[in-house]
Amino acid sequence: MSSATWPLWEVFVRAKRGLSHVHAGSLHAPDREMALRNARDLYTRRQEGVSIWVVASEDITASSPDERDSFFDPAADKVYRHPTFYDVPEDVEYL
Amino acid sequence: MSSTDVRHVHYLLGLGDDALVYAQRLGEWLTHAPQIEEDMALGNVGLDLVGQARSLLTRAGEVEGADPLRDEDDLAMLRDEREFRNVQLVEQPRADFAHEMARLLWFSTYQRELYAALLDSTDETLAGIAAKAVKEVDYHRDHATQWVLRLGDGTPESHERMQAALVAVHPYVAELGEDHEAARWAAEQGVGVLPSSLTDAVNGYVAGVLEQATLTPPDPPRWHARGGREGVHSEVMGYLLAEMQHLHRSHPGATW
Repeated sequence: MSSATWPLWEVFVRAKRGLSHVHAGSLHAPDREMALRNARDLYTRRQEGVSIWVVASEDITASSPDERDSFFDPAADKVYRHPTFYDVPEDVEYL
Repeated sequence: MSSTDVRHVHYLLGLGDDALVYAQRLGEWLTHAPQIEEDMALGNVGLDLVGQARSLLTRAGEVEGADPLRDEDDLAMLRDEREFRNVQLVEQPRADFAHEMARLLWFSTYQRELYAALLDSTDETLAGIAAKAVKEVDYHRDHATQWVLRLGDGTPESHERMQAALVAVHPYVAELGEDHEAARWAAEQGVGVLPSSLTDAVNGYVAGVLEQATLTPPDPPRWHARGGREGVHSEVMGYLLAEMQHLHRSHPGATW
């Protein structure tokens, strides 16, 4: 059994109800059920979460660093897209 | 309980020593498992068992009521081989990964039924320990189940090695269900349960896993281990204790 035969999985953990799943890291596992269990052992052993998602790394389509200029730079001077013209009540925690 | 019965202490020591000695064996897997993820999984199982052992040995010391009181460290680190009351299954040396999954499947299934039954113990401390532990061993059983299914219903080699492991472990299984003297007393008092009362449920669960894993239930073994609950152990037990107890005995009270 070598690591070459175990695919890579990305792990997303939700810390508590109401928050969204956040990428926690990655791990190796032979299949999706074992990936979920390994994620439980690796990423929630100190009560970090109440829910876990695992996704095969190869199923993720990611933007490339080469495309950074065309993907992200054009947003730099569009200040009108920021919601800075609204008053946010102070007791709204997650916005 | 008006006066202490030594069988109450012996019953608790049996439960605690099973957890402690198996935790020691599982700890040996760290850096030896097939993957680092499995190092962590077996390490977590071992740490759960250490936690159970600490509570159970502490309770055994309280019930014993010696003067001065023997605490968890005294009981874990300063008893000799003949005073340990674990079954011989848990002290057997680490073999290949399939052997460990076979052992973990039997042991965690036994512990799962045991702790579920101990929720009603008249020893309220023991019932409390069981309530916490039953969730832990539920996960241990699931972990072993997942692997036995994959190895049994995997490649021809994994199937063959999983089958061989089941045969090798089988002579140590019957001892889990033997009604030793302390357990008979504990069951009469409502403190504990008769090990034999768990056997049908344990066998039923394991049989279901083996069937789904396309594995063949091993033939009844020609001999089976016995005597662990009375302090009779196999040769490997002395070496295990020497390694486990060495630090504490060389440096009494050492902490970090």
